Amino acid sequence: MKKVLVLFSHPNYEKSRVNKVLINHIKDIENVTVHDLYEEYPDFHIDVKFEKELLNTHDIIIWHHPFYWYSCPPLMKQWIDMVLEFNWAYGPEGKALHNKICLNAITTGGSKEVYCSEGYNSFTVAQFLRPFEQTANLCGMNYLPPFAVMGTHNLSDEKLERYKLNYGKLIDLLKSDLLLNNVEQTSFINDYPQLKNE
Amino acid sequence: MTGSLLFEAIMFLLGAIICVSIAKRLGLSSVIGYLLAGVLIGPYVLGFIGEEGEDILHFAEFGVVMMLFLIGLEIEPKNFWKMRKTILGMGGIQVAATMLLSYLLFNFLGFDWKVSLVISMAVALSSTAIAMQTIKEKGLMDTNFGTSAFSILLFQDIIVIFMLGFIPLLSTSVSTNATNTHSESSSLLESLPMGFQTLAIILSVVLIIVVGKYLIVPMLRKVAKTGVRELLIAAALLIVFGISFLMEFVGISPALGAFLGGVVLSNSEYKHELESTLEPFKNLLLGLFFMAVGASINFIVIAKSPFTIGGILIAIILIKAFVLYVTGTIFKLKLDQKLLLTFSLAQVGEFAFVLLSFAFGLNILEQEQMDMLLVITALSMAITPIISIVNERFILPKVGTKESVKRPMDHIAKSQKIILVGFGHFGSTIGRFLRSHGVEATILDHDSNRVDFLRKMGFEVYYGDATREDLLESAGIAEAKIVICATNKIAVSKAISKIIKEKYPHVELMIRTKNRYDAYELLNNGEQNIYRESLETSLVLAKDVLSKMGFRKYTLNRQVQNFIKYDEDSLRRLATETKREDAYIFKAKKELEQQEKFLNEDFKRGIVEFDNHWDSEHIREILNKSKK
Repeated sequence: MKKVLVLFSHPNYEKSRVNKVLINHIKDIENVTVHDLYEEYPDFHIDVKFEKELLNTHDIIIWHHPFYWYSCPPLMKQWIDMVLEFNWAYGPEGKALHNKICLNAITTGGSKEVYCSEGYNSFTVAQFLRPFEQTANLCGMNYLPPFAVMGTHNLSDEKLERYKLNYGKLIDLLKSDLLLNNVEQTSFINDYPQLKNE
Repeated sequence: MTGSLLFEAIMFLLGAIICVSIAKRLGLSSVIGYLLAGVLIGPYVLGFIGEEGEDILHFAEFGVVMMLFLIGLEIEPKNFWKMRKTILGMGGIQVAATMLLSYLLFNFLGFDWKVSLVISMAVALSSTAIAMQTIKEKGLMDTNFGTSAFSILLFQDIIVIFMLGFIPLLSTSVSTNATNTHSESSSLLESLPMGFQTLAIILSVVLIIVVGKYLIVPMLRKVAKTGVRELLIAAALLIVFGISFLMEFVGISPALGAFLGGVVLSNSEYKHELESTLEPFKNLLLGLFFMAVGASINFIVIAKSPFTIGGILIAIILIKAFVLYVTGTIFKLKLDQKLLLTFSLAQVGEFAFVLLSFAFGLNILEQEQMDMLLVITALSMAITPIISIVNERFILPKVGTKESVKRPMDHIAKSQKIILVGFGHFGSTIGRFLRSHGVEATILDHDSNRVDFLRKMGFEVYYGDATREDLLESAGIAEAKIVICATNKIAVSKAISKIIKEKYPHVELMIRTKNRYDAYELLNNGEQNIYRESLETSLVLAKDVLSKMGFRKYTLNRQVQNFIKYDEDSLRRLATETKREDAYIFKAKKELEQQEKFLNEDFKRGIVEFDNHWDSEHIREILNKSKK
């Protein structure tokens, strides 16, 4: 059984309908640690030593955050800056994260349709996430396509319910190491057959 | 059975220990316990202490002198000067009006005018010992009531000098009573004409100020350097004895002199040491004083004419109470503060013993009159704490600032109840911030002006002493989630901590502390949520200093966070070390030792390492090294 670390960053969690549902659903699953960064480090003073220990004891890292301005909230960037130290996470001696699995779990207001070259956001989600993908690559982790809850502005409760269950299912699959090899080729991990919505 | 000094000492101590602990358990003031102990061991009940009770009384009056010295230590000259109007105004009105009314009373009762005048002087003076002890015990010193009471008592201390100077003028007989033991004939003042008397008084006050500044402080400095603790105790006692001697020599009340001495030394660095050194002496002597008052109640005299004595006693208390009430009204005290003042100063005080026996020595009073008045004085002192209880338990809760006010029905009690103890500068900030989040804390405060104001602003406020369990209960501690101690009085925090530990273990206590020593104590009592008021603010200032010197603000911010963590860790570590040290340790020395420890630790930690985040220089170094 692998261990999952959900690094959750949301500066206004109390007002987020979608993320509350998602986090509440997964937070008590066995072998899952939900680490609420904005609650832990309200003053952005990250305890690097503690974070490294957390990473050492988990196999799957999920960066769970809203997709603000095509990126993550600032505290998560702070986390990346501070925790992923040279010669620990990367660099000649940096092998601490090698072979761990890493992915983003994001929520976006805009629907899937606006994230493409014809849509008003011009680029796909995968393109926007390139920095995270490369960060994971540089640290020797296997980066998976994102789990994305999109179009949250118009998301019905029923659809949210399905997303929630799928998020739980995804974590179960990750824990039991049951994801098939080709998963890297889907643009969203949601599209993986066992997690398909419809 | 009596006679042996050791035996008497044992009786006094035993009486004190038994009666005071019973009184405290019943929630009564310790003064009542002492008085009761005195009555019990006195000549009329168990008879362990004989007539020498009176001598003990005079010896124990020294406790009052020490108390005023200690009070003086807490009042800086600046603040003392600010109080001059209240002292002269309230004190003047109280003494003049009480004298007038009681003069009329005694004249009406058929006493000679001279006798009436002397008695009215004695009656006008209240008991500093009883009033101040009670005020300090209840922590009411910084309320309007506390300052008013203190101002009046201080004025009485001053006026008694003139009374003692005036009484001999009433005496027609040349020969003095042979039995008189308290004649002030050694006093320098009497041998001088009036103008010189005033001059001598002014001179001795100046002398105290000059000696205090230029002799005592350097002496204490020398004594402290020796590091021998008992020398400091000796020095502290020497100061008080010395001032008393000087004052008695010129004929001023020693208590007044001691108070002035205290004020002069309140700015010195030895303030706290003097306080902690003299405190135990003062407490024991005051206890002895109260016991001696109890023992001196002459039940034979009472038995002879119980109704006369009872009647006069009641009349005197009524007169004093009436005058105090009117004085409070003139100075615009609120009703409840006024009632507190009325009942706490309505007794005839220890100065009456001095004045009456002095007048007796000058043949103005007859033996019978003096005996009767001494009994009345002692009784009135014994009654004060009882009247005060009646006032606090039955009258105050109904008038003025009520202990609690029913909130309108539409108020929905919050499911998570917060109790905030103390709404001063610190507590009010907490309360405001909580309120801005819609969290209405239940507030406990003992300043009635503030309580009224807060109620007007819609807060739920309980008025009274937060260490009283029944008050905490009515404030709803049983359903509370968190109790915040925002007072800087460690004694209050400790008392609340104890109550919560014993009765309400589910309640979380969050405590403000003045400094790390208070924090140690609370940590060692098992408290975890401790907020030192001196930590964050000083670091913010230091941060701004470094910023002005060119350090970057964000880096400083991060280092402040590190420093706080480091300091909190060391606080918790050192707390366990201080557990074993004894309580009356040389405070300044301890403080220096601690500072030394911190500086040494800081030194080991070195100049803060700036971490390597966002530092490409560091990466370049490592890469270059590995290339070679």
